[in-house]
Order: sequence, then C-alpha cells, then structure tokens
Amino acid sequence: MATDLDLVFKALADPSRRRLLDRLHAENGQTLGELCEHLDMTRQAVSKHLAVLEDANLVATVWRGREKLHYLNPVPIGEIYDRWIGKYERHRVRALNDLKKALEEDQNG
Amino acid sequence: MAKPEFVYVSYIATTAEKLWAALTQGEITKAYWYGRRIESDWTVGSPVRFFDYDSDVVTDSGVVVECDPPRRLVYTFRPEFSPEAQEMGYSRVSFTLEAHEEGMVKLTLVHDDLPDEETAEGFREGWAPILSSLKTFLETGKPLPQLRQLEEQGRPQ
Repeated sequence: MATDLDLVFKALADPSRRRLLDRLHAENGQTLGELCEHLDMTRQAVSKHLAVLEDANLVATVWRGREKLHYLNPVPIGEIYDRWIGKYERHRVRALNDLKKALEEDQNG
Repeated sequence: MAKPEFVYVSYIATTAEKLWAALTQGEITKAYWYGRRIESDWTVGSPVRFFDYDSDVVTDSGVVVECDPPRRLVYTFRPEFSPEAQEMGYSRVSFTLEAHEEGMVKLTLVHDDLPDEETAEGFREGWAPILSSLKTFLETGKPLPQLRQLEEQGRPQ
C-alpha cells in the first residue's frame, strides 16, 4: 500500500535518494534530465530511485505538456510528524495557553 | 502554463464521494479547515467563499474554474482578511481525486499562479496541516487535535 510507512523509511534509508530529495527541496518541479545534471549517477539509476520515492509518495509528479515534473511531497513526513511529534507540540500549545491565562488573570486581579 | 510551485499528494482511506463532500461542503470544512466554512453552488464561473465558522466574515474568496464531481475541482483563491492579503491577487487551487487500491483515494493538490516564492512558502505551510487534518477527519471522524486547539485559541473570547 502506497501509504505504508515501511516504504517511506526504506526509501529514506538510501543516501542517493535523500540527495535526490535535497535537490528537489532546493528546486521543486524538476524533470529527470534536470535532476541528472547535478548528480553523480546514471540517468537509469536516478530514474530507479525516483520510482522508489514515488512509490513511497515522497515524490509527486505532474505532467506539463510532454515534461514530467518531480515534486518533493512532504505529506508522508508530515504524517510521521503528526504521529510522534505532534503530541509534544500539543503540550507546548497547552502550556502557552495556560501561561497566557495565568498572566491575564494576574493583570485583572 | 507556468510550472506549479508545489504539489501535494495524500492517500486517504475513504471514497471519492466522501472526499468530494469534504472539499465542497461548508459544514464539513468547518471541522478540519481552520474552522473555515466553504460556500459555493459549484458551477463554473460562480463565486467560492470561505467564511469564519458560522459568521458572515469572508476570509478568502475565488471563482469556480472547473467542477467535475467527484474527480476534479479547480478554483481561484485570494485571502480577504486584509488589504495587504488582497494585493496578493488570485492564485489557483486544483484538487484531483483518483481511486487507488484497497479503498484508498489519491488526492493531488496543486496550487499555482502564485505571485512569488514568499507567498508560495506561506501557502505550502498552510496546506500541510489542512491536508493532515482532512485525512485524520475522514479516517477517524475527528480533526487533528492540535489544529482544533489552535482554532479554539484563535476564536474570539
């Protein structure tokens, strides 16, 4: 299944694939040719890595005419964030809220 | 056509019809979209408006460009909360819904025609929690707790 976290972590476990994501992070919406220019990999290897990233939904593609553009898709990483970090963020939000209330009560009191 | 600034893809365990309803019905968007209530008759050329909860305060607006339920929805979009925001002008939001394996729907969001990178960055950050919350809402019936809390804080006392 495309949303499987196993696919995401497996895709991220490879340094070449992380480098590809870095390239897209620096400039989103590149063609295969553009991605190959800056990487020390064969076109075939880049294409294979992109397929793995696309399977993991870390790369999204759109067609513009005859060009296939590749985008870094942050959605699966966002899901990882929500699962393990969002909870702590929530506590921070609550703590700030409590602080705000306490300060306002002080002012009114 | 200019290159889209960003593309988000989310796989959601739901049906295309439910996802379509979640994108087009104000009673549902209120639950997961920073409390925004969307309203439109969803015919091409008609206005699209976002309101703050049940109020008549328009937060964002646009026009329906394409509407093919439950497959593709395109509208223009401009924040209305301040004159500075309005100066951004209209950008374009496109949703494409495709059936995927095992009861999943693939949702592709493209936001383009953005005036500059700074605006694109703002929208990029804005969409991420909305999409997350939409997925959680459709899969569990509840929006993301942190988003709900942020909304509550933002609401007038």
